[in-house]
Amino acid sequence: MYSKKVMDHFMNPRNIGELPDANGCGEVGNPVCGDIMRIEIKVEDDIIQDIKFKTFGCAAAIATSSMVTELVKGKTLAEAQQITNRTVAEALDGLPPIKMHCSNLAADALHEAIKDYIKKHRP
Amino acid sequence: MKSVYMDHSATTPVDARVFEAMIPYLTSEFGNPSSIHSKGQKARQAVETGREQIAALINADPREIIFTSGGTEADNQAIITYALNNSQKGKHLITSAIEHHAVLDSFHYLQGLGFDVTFLPVNAQGMVEAETLAKAIRPDTILVSVMHANNEIGTIQPIEELAAISHEAGAVFHTDAVQTIGKIPIDVRKMGIDMLSASSHKLHGPKGIGCLYVKKGVRIKNLFHGGGQESRLRAGTENVPGIVGFGKAAEIAGQEMHKRAEHLNRLGQRLREGIVNSIPNTIVTGHPEMRVPGSVSVCFEFVEGESILLMLDSYGIMASSGSACTSGALEPSHVLLAIGLPHEIAHGSLRLTLGKDNTQEDVDYVLEVLPRIIANLRHMSPLAGRGGSQ
Repeated sequence: MYSKKVMDHFMNPRNIGELPDANGCGEVGNPVCGDIMRIEIKVEDDIIQDIKFKTFGCAAAIATSSMVTELVKGKTLAEAQQITNRTVAEALDGLPPIKMHCSNLAADALHEAIKDYIKKHRP
Repeated sequence: MKSVYMDHSATTPVDARVFEAMIPYLTSEFGNPSSIHSKGQKARQAVETGREQIAALINADPREIIFTSGGTEADNQAIITYALNNSQKGKHLITSAIEHHAVLDSFHYLQGLGFDVTFLPVNAQGMVEAETLAKAIRPDTILVSVMHANNEIGTIQPIEELAAISHEAGAVFHTDAVQTIGKIPIDVRKMGIDMLSASSHKLHGPKGIGCLYVKKGVRIKNLFHGGGQESRLRAGTENVPGIVGFGKAAEIAGQEMHKRAEHLNRLGQRLREGIVNSIPNTIVTGHPEMRVPGSVSVCFEFVEGESILLMLDSYGIMASSGSACTSGALEPSHVLLAIGLPHEIAHGSLRLTLGKDNTQEDVDYVLEVLPRIIANLRHMSPLAGRGGSQ
């Protein structure tokens, strides 16, 4: 059902947790749907220096969260903004069709975190 | 790696004695029961023996048993053909909100044909209360269908009472007994059951075979067209090895029911108590006493069911869940919502259904692994520590 990469990121998720010195935070989804993703970023000089996530959801939700943190760590905000949910799914060698719309929200959470940073730091 | 199967409500392995009994009918005794020659007659005899074994398990007359491809076909045939064949008496039908989809979707189909269907609510333990049925039943109600026990939460329904209320109003009573046949006593006469659906693979028989009990005098029709088998009610050459296996499984289940139930109740209690005592924020679902032996259903706050199942599977533990992801839909199980659980709790459901071959060692292994998995997933969850007491 899931690719090896999805299972790897699900069983050994990267960058779990919270960032005490985060300067951007984004959260998407809701408990009714069964998926909530929260991403915190630490931005310095327009670069995502650190990133952490917490996710409530299925294996696809956890794996996409983990993958997005890996994809953008050390990238500029402009580069990170190019990442889409589809990019994340492709980096995981694909997701089952039913998961594409319900659990593939990690890039949305990332974009919310970037928006939050920009709102706070570039008035 | 250790392999612990705890999904017996989904399916069970074929008992070695059952397999043994089936072998001749897959090989040398391959005859068609409709054939006049000796091989055909040998097969005919085997089919009738199977029918007697199953009838004996539920105190029915063998002539009241119709073999089908499984529980789903039996449900469809009972509900749809009874309604269509008796619609001149009335067009109101009653079932419960927590039925298996084989029942629910049959009623939805009948709604599309103009029947009026009432879906009875259940209480927080998943029980259809007698007075709920008494209030819903009408003079034009022709059929009431309530499952004997629920496949997800294990709650056993007060069938005898519900059947009596149905009969008083002149309606026929059907029950889907897929989860209970061979596990707890069923006496169709004493319980007042007019139609009952059963499946072989839940009681250590083969897949692809089930049956419908139809009380003498209750008029249903065939779903399939093409042959006179099963008193013209089920066209198609009989699944002889399947029937032999189902019959043998029923016979063994009858003999061992008491012993198995005792074993399953003991392990089930150990598992349920172990989970509740070692994992905070756990909600036990279903009825505390009126439940199928060995059925343990719980919800863990702040985590999601599919994630639990995949992590358990990585430790060799096989279970199931009513979360949205595992139902293949976007909604969590209709059963968990019907007992009043909010969506976010229902998403964290886990069902462990024990079988006769599970051991105390299996239970203890689950109790060793599961708390770590839940703690690990909660560590990842943004919900843990937000509203709850975690």
